Amino acid sequence: MFGSTPNGDALGMDGAVSEALLRAGRYLRRAETSADLRAVYRVGGRDSDAFQRGQWSHDAVVRSTHGVNCTGSCSWKVYVKDGIITWEEQQTDYPSTGPDRPEYEPRGCPRGAAFSWYTYSPTRVRYPYVRGVLLEMYRAARAELGDPVLAWESVTGDPLKRRAYHHARGKGGFVRAGWDEAVEMAAAAHVSIVKRFGPDRIAGFSPIPAMSMASYAAGSRFFSLIGAAMLSFYDWYADLPVASPQVFGDQTDVPESADWWDATYLLVWGSNVPVTRTPDAHWMVEARYRGQKVVVVSPDYSDTVKLGDEWLPAQPGTDAALAMSMGHVILREFYVNRQVPRFVEYAERFTDLPFLVTLRADGGSYVADKFLTEESFKPMVFDRGKGPVAPNGTLGFRFAESGMGKWNLDLGDIDPLLTLYGESAETVEVRLPRFDVEGVLNRGVPVVRVGDQLVTTVFDLVLAQYGVGRAGLPGAWPESYSDAAEPYTPAWQESITSVPAEKAIRVAREFARNAEQSGGRSMIIMGSGCNHWFHADTIYRSFLALLKLTGCQGVNGGGWAHYVGQEKVRPLTGWAQLAFGFDWARPARQQAATPYWYLHTDQWRYDTFTADTFASPLAEQRFAGKSVADLIAQSARLGWMPSYPTFNRNPLDLADESADPVAHVVASLQDGSLRFAADEPDAPENWPRALTVWRANLLGSSGKGHEYFLRHLLGADSAVRAEPDGDVPEGKLDLLMALDFRMTSTTMFADIVLPAATWYEKHDLSSTDLHPYVHAFNPAIAPPWQTRTDFAAFTAIAKSFSVMAKTHLGVRKDIVAAPLMHDTPDELATVNGIVHDWREDGSTPIPGVTMPRLVVVERDYPAVAERMAALGPLVERLGAMTKGVRFELSKEVEYLRGRNGVVREGSARGRPSLARDTDMCEAILALSGTTNGEVAAAGFADLERRTGVPLKDLAEHRRVTFADTQQGPVSVGTSPEWSGIEKDGRRYSPFTLNVERLKPWHTLTGRQHFFLDHDWMAEMGEQLPVYRPPLSMSKLFGEPAIGEQGELGLAVRYLTPHSKWSIHSEYQDNLVMLTLSRGGPTIWMSPADAARIGVADNEWVEAVNRNGVVVARATVSHRMPEGTVYLYHAQDRLIGVPKSETSGKRGGTHNSLTRVLIKPSHLIGGYAQLSFAFNYLGPTGNQRDEVTTIRRRSQEVDY
Amino acid sequence: MRVLAQMAMVMNLDKCIGCHTCSVTCKQAWTNRGGVEYAWFNNVETRPGQGYPRTYQDQQRWRGGWALNRRGRLKLRSGGRLRRLLSLFSNPHLPKLSDYYEPWTYDYQNLITAPAGDDLPTAKPTAPIVWSANWDDSLGGGPELAQHDPVLKTMSERVRLEFEQAFMFYLPRICEHCLNPSCVAACPSGAIYKRTEDGIVLVDSDTCRSWRMCVSGCPYKKIFLNHQTGKAEKCTFCFPRIELGMPTVCAQTCVGRLRYIGIVLYDPDRVLEAASVRDEHSLIEAQKRVLLDPRDPSVVEAALASGISEEWLEAARRSPVYSLIFDYGLALPLHPEYRTLPMVWYIPPLSPVVDAVRDTGFDGEDAENLFAAVDSLRIPIGYLASLFTAGDPAPVRDVLRKLAAMRAFMRDITLGREPDESIPASVGMTGELMYDMYRLLAIAKAEDRYVIPHAHREPTTEAFNDGCSVQDSGRVMLPMPKVRAS
Repeated sequence: MFGSTPNGDALGMDGAVSEALLRAGRYLRRAETSADLRAVYRVGGRDSDAFQRGQWSHDAVVRSTHGVNCTGSCSWKVYVKDGIITWEEQQTDYPSTGPDRPEYEPRGCPRGAAFSWYTYSPTRVRYPYVRGVLLEMYRAARAELGDPVLAWESVTGDPLKRRAYHHARGKGGFVRAGWDEAVEMAAAAHVSIVKRFGPDRIAGFSPIPAMSMASYAAGSRFFSLIGAAMLSFYDWYADLPVASPQVFGDQTDVPESADWWDATYLLVWGSNVPVTRTPDAHWMVEARYRGQKVVVVSPDYSDTVKLGDEWLPAQPGTDAALAMSMGHVILREFYVNRQVPRFVEYAERFTDLPFLVTLRADGGSYVADKFLTEESFKPMVFDRGKGPVAPNGTLGFRFAESGMGKWNLDLGDIDPLLTLYGESAETVEVRLPRFDVEGVLNRGVPVVRVGDQLVTTVFDLVLAQYGVGRAGLPGAWPESYSDAAEPYTPAWQESITSVPAEKAIRVAREFARNAEQSGGRSMIIMGSGCNHWFHADTIYRSFLALLKLTGCQGVNGGGWAHYVGQEKVRPLTGWAQLAFGFDWARPARQQAATPYWYLHTDQWRYDTFTADTFASPLAEQRFAGKSVADLIAQSARLGWMPSYPTFNRNPLDLADESADPVAHVVASLQDGSLRFAADEPDAPENWPRALTVWRANLLGSSGKGHEYFLRHLLGADSAVRAEPDGDVPEGKLDLLMALDFRMTSTTMFADIVLPAATWYEKHDLSSTDLHPYVHAFNPAIAPPWQTRTDFAAFTAIAKSFSVMAKTHLGVRKDIVAAPLMHDTPDELATVNGIVHDWREDGSTPIPGVTMPRLVVVERDYPAVAERMAALGPLVERLGAMTKGVRFELSKEVEYLRGRNGVVREGSARGRPSLARDTDMCEAILALSGTTNGEVAAAGFADLERRTGVPLKDLAEHRRVTFADTQQGPVSVGTSPEWSGIEKDGRRYSPFTLNVERLKPWHTLTGRQHFFLDHDWMAEMGEQLPVYRPPLSMSKLFGEPAIGEQGELGLAVRYLTPHSKWSIHSEYQDNLVMLTLSRGGPTIWMSPADAARIGVADNEWVEAVNRNGVVVARATVSHRMPEGTVYLYHAQDRLIGVPKSETSGKRGGTHNSLTRVLIKPSHLIGGYAQLSFAFNYLGPTGNQRDEVTTIRRRSQEVDY
Repeated sequence: MRVLAQMAMVMNLDKCIGCHTCSVTCKQAWTNRGGVEYAWFNNVETRPGQGYPRTYQDQQRWRGGWALNRRGRLKLRSGGRLRRLLSLFSNPHLPKLSDYYEPWTYDYQNLITAPAGDDLPTAKPTAPIVWSANWDDSLGGGPELAQHDPVLKTMSERVRLEFEQAFMFYLPRICEHCLNPSCVAACPSGAIYKRTEDGIVLVDSDTCRSWRMCVSGCPYKKIFLNHQTGKAEKCTFCFPRIELGMPTVCAQTCVGRLRYIGIVLYDPDRVLEAASVRDEHSLIEAQKRVLLDPRDPSVVEAALASGISEEWLEAARRSPVYSLIFDYGLALPLHPEYRTLPMVWYIPPLSPVVDAVRDTGFDGEDAENLFAAVDSLRIPIGYLASLFTAGDPAPVRDVLRKLAAMRAFMRDITLGREPDESIPASVGMTGELMYDMYRLLAIAKAEDRYVIPHAHREPTTEAFNDGCSVQDSGRVMLPMPKVRAS
């Protein structure tokens, strides 16, 4: 029966006795045992495995997804059994990408897979809570005064009472309140603050609307309708790449992950795709199989390096040095020594490289000054053999009647010269700033004279900046690639990044040659590892230069792929109407959050330097003697950045004081009787008074300068160790309210906590930039205990507010100061980027030109709830504007009357209903071009008139309803809301519309920019791509230099990259994720650094700098480079964080060691693409330049 | 020839991103219960690393799987059957809970209920946190921890755990549903069985007597004792789903799209022979010989005679598992030297590859460079060989060369150039075969990754007719001894 083993023994089992024993047992079992007694076989059946069958059985599978702060937008199956959510698993029913590429299934990640843990977890917020000390005082006052608003005022107006509940913040002592009582308190606070201080003293904070559009819009609609400010998040998170508005005139527009597949060369730069783009990582992995090469730049041996072909371990924050040297190689080998026709054509048509720049005499030399313009906002190129000419498509054609039909990239007969070299014999030396060592480079450019102006091209300046010399040009140039003294050679970068010069050269060559061979299919995935630095915009500009030079942008499989926050609200137009109440009143108050927090958490009071610290060696002293806060105030009064609270008076009162409130405000500003609040942010009349946070953990996750928030905004205990400048207020907010389903630092410090429904308990919509679909949230169960959806919670607050408003507010006029907006004629305010400050030169400020636009808006406060629940009349009266394109929507309003029903009573009588969350979802889809082909067609028709190029054919006849999204993910369509062409199942890649249809970018030249000519960009030394090293915390704040070891331990670079076990702070408290990780805060460090401070793996350490203290355990791995530690983002302080030895208080969050530092150039506004739009432009809340000391602490910890 | 069908899996480690989604979805679906908090039917371990439970691969210590005795006869490594029967009550090779990890939680309630105090409340852990199911995740070893990695210890070449030399990859593991399962043989009660129809290895919890011999008998340590019920539990290959043609939870939710499920046919009468091959390096070939070619007419005939249905045969012919093992020769078993004939196979990870050829120009276009690179990979071939080929580097090298050649071959096609047939030829393949391999690995549509025939559950009285006199609705009714608490 059996064969033989090679040594001749019979096959079989080990021994005869045991066989006999077992053989006897064989007959007792109803199963087949193998003759050798080795195996037992049995036919499975319905009965034998009942236990597992029981486990698997379930009653329903419901489609939903996860809500905020994750680009995944993965559709999930939620399993329900006996009315209980049991587990989740990914949906796999995404529309196909076609036969020859992978599919999107099954999107998801371990964090999302662990979400259902929250539903019944002990950290679930099940009831409304109010801090006991506040509730007692309020109840007493309410009983005494009989009016909620008066009761609120009596508590918060009493300094002792105010101090008492401020000081109790974050120290436990919550008591349960009923919904009615909690809502009444919140509404009373809001009514009172509107009345006493003004609606712009109220703010709402909620991020990332794409990942639950209705939940965001429910709250932001309430705040917008009462005139409160919504705070931005993308810039505040430092996820906004400021280089994107600078270069593209676009917030951020990136390829879907399926387009990674089209790339044949992929640089992954400062991004950890498997960890932070988990559901998309497979595209990168699989594309390698079709021959894509993957090169990873990362300071540590990251998860992405594991998948890459090559690893360039650049020192943290030095990435621009590497990119600049790659640019040096590409310019030398693909433009100067040899020209690639495709590259040159692309550069001439789609970049500002051929545009002419004037040179200004500066001592014995010259500096680059301004674009040469024919008339305002019409920059010029040099037409071969003819001379300067203003081509179509520049900003001057965009809004003027005379530009109708000419705002396009059709060059006609113009043959623009990239370089004047050879065209002109004349050369001059220009001075260019360098920052690796502070100094100036002198390098020559060819010039021509136009009138009395000396001009050169952007391309010639770029060659000078990059140090790519040509025979006969004056100045100091690198001798070769191995010249380490001159920027920006490969050898020079090696001394900074520690990446071997030879590697930089080779990767640059491969990158460009691949682009040449593939028609532009070289791609750079760039992430927060590069984008969260103070000078991240310069880092990104050095990356984007590589893509523009090689013609990769606007090509499927090529270009930038920035995935840091953002998350594309694909149905943008409809969502924006609802979210900001544009259907009832325009404009809404939208605030750039970073300066807001910087001022109101008083981090500015801890600055020990002036703004010119950041300026160029060639600066003209525009920032001299000014603090960064002074520049914020200047930016506010010039209308560049929004600023709420705006004035030191209630805007409702200002509007009441004159029949012409605008003139009244201007006059009062001039005579000094009215001040901008930003001039004196610490004056009590200028404090923010109420803040509501929902769908977010501001304090435990995104709040850079966490300890400053606690001390100054909240008046709570903090571990700030730095000394402020003078007496600084502590405790500004009367009310901090949080809506959440779990306990976070934000709920712990909030005065009122409202219990929120989770993502498995409501209706909503989700979309992302990573895939081209919209899909639904649906409730798998009803919101349990006393939880409510955000929609229901804000509806309740609005109703209560409206009732109290009848007595306390009535109908009021509100004067809104709106910044000069991008994609509107406002961006023509600053001619040639030359800054005039009316206060400094004594001129009369002009609203909408040299100061904010002033708009009087009617606030019908008693009607707020009714307006929230109905689609307002401005939708059809004014249409919707998205990125400068007008969408006509009256037919869609009629459609929504039918679909959602009509309001029959009250002030919104006759309007389409938005009474339910599903109504809101329906309206979002109906009013957007991506989900409604009619709307897209209307937008393209408008854009056709302006550009004169055919576009309408791109719109497809389709309408996505909410029911469709509940069935499964639905593909979106091409729309002028975005820049990619998706028709006929094509993968989304940004700017294909621009490249293929000659539609201009939304910039000054209408092209992608290398050169930025605003005064402040020159002041910063950042007219051109440049390398700026990380900030020195020793120079700025006297922190020890990296590598120094002292009493507080070893000084190290402190980075907070995104974690494998959480999406920001969500999931880092989830028991499943804690079990798979180290179960609480850890700091990753190299074995060498661990040895220096004598710490072993999993031992407790304490990290201390001037901003605060962190207590964590050490994770020691040789994956980490020396001199750098990681505290993965975002580790809140609620899970197993002991008391600190240093402060005696609870150890901090990852942001206890960070603070906000504002880059002055991010404050620019009112000039072409450098104009404000919400989450489009604004100072970033960067945090990567930070350092800390770290040491082994006592291993006895106390909680 | 008898023919049985075996449900099997292949995991392409080159695609694994180490995300642990598989672990979490499996945990949530199957072991999110009392008594098995510590059990991860599916886990993902970072290599180098100690694994879960820690050092489980050290069979000198844990004595799992099979070995040959002096006469070349197969025996459980934990000792002869008699010895094990006699030592039922003191099993020295059983991992302690701390070898897995001791589950912990936190005082979450404190966050809500803490009375007014003088500091921020925190959720204190219930115990000091010192080890977990995934403690060395993504460390690339870590200098203190990797020294205990049993695989690293078996390697002859020295591995430097230093920054510039760092390497790591992920190894997801489930029950191997072996053709020669040592857990089945180790169970004194006969409670573990292999399903005749699809080879899935299950525990009959009614029969389990909590002896835990299966726990020590399994060299992969994929049988877990439920501390509340006292019963053994294990990965079921999600049979309630498989029977409906649905992939296992771990496969369905694998966002790396690296798992393949299909059936293979095998001859149960050849198993013992294959498991008894003396030379460890010959075990893979022996294991492959047990598997039958579903396109071979004689196999088809025998399969039909053995009661395997036509659609199951069709599924066997379309099986991605069979293709990856035989047509493309990419899949290797995990630790063939355990002699259990495991049925979860792995494609070893290729990357990163090009660092090694940094001086030789653009790699993606030059297959020769890639081959040079395979021998100086960041991940040492010796480490992979210790996992998949009982230490023989040749089969691992062959697989990595095929993967590298595929990338070079496909690059030409992707860029619209003439494909270079010499590239596939250099690894013994045709261009068409290599292109099909590329499609299965890269495009990998769900219907190609998972070829799972529906189970036959129609009542067939013959199937239950085994002549057992105590048969009653398929369940053996015997008095239940009291289970000792562990």
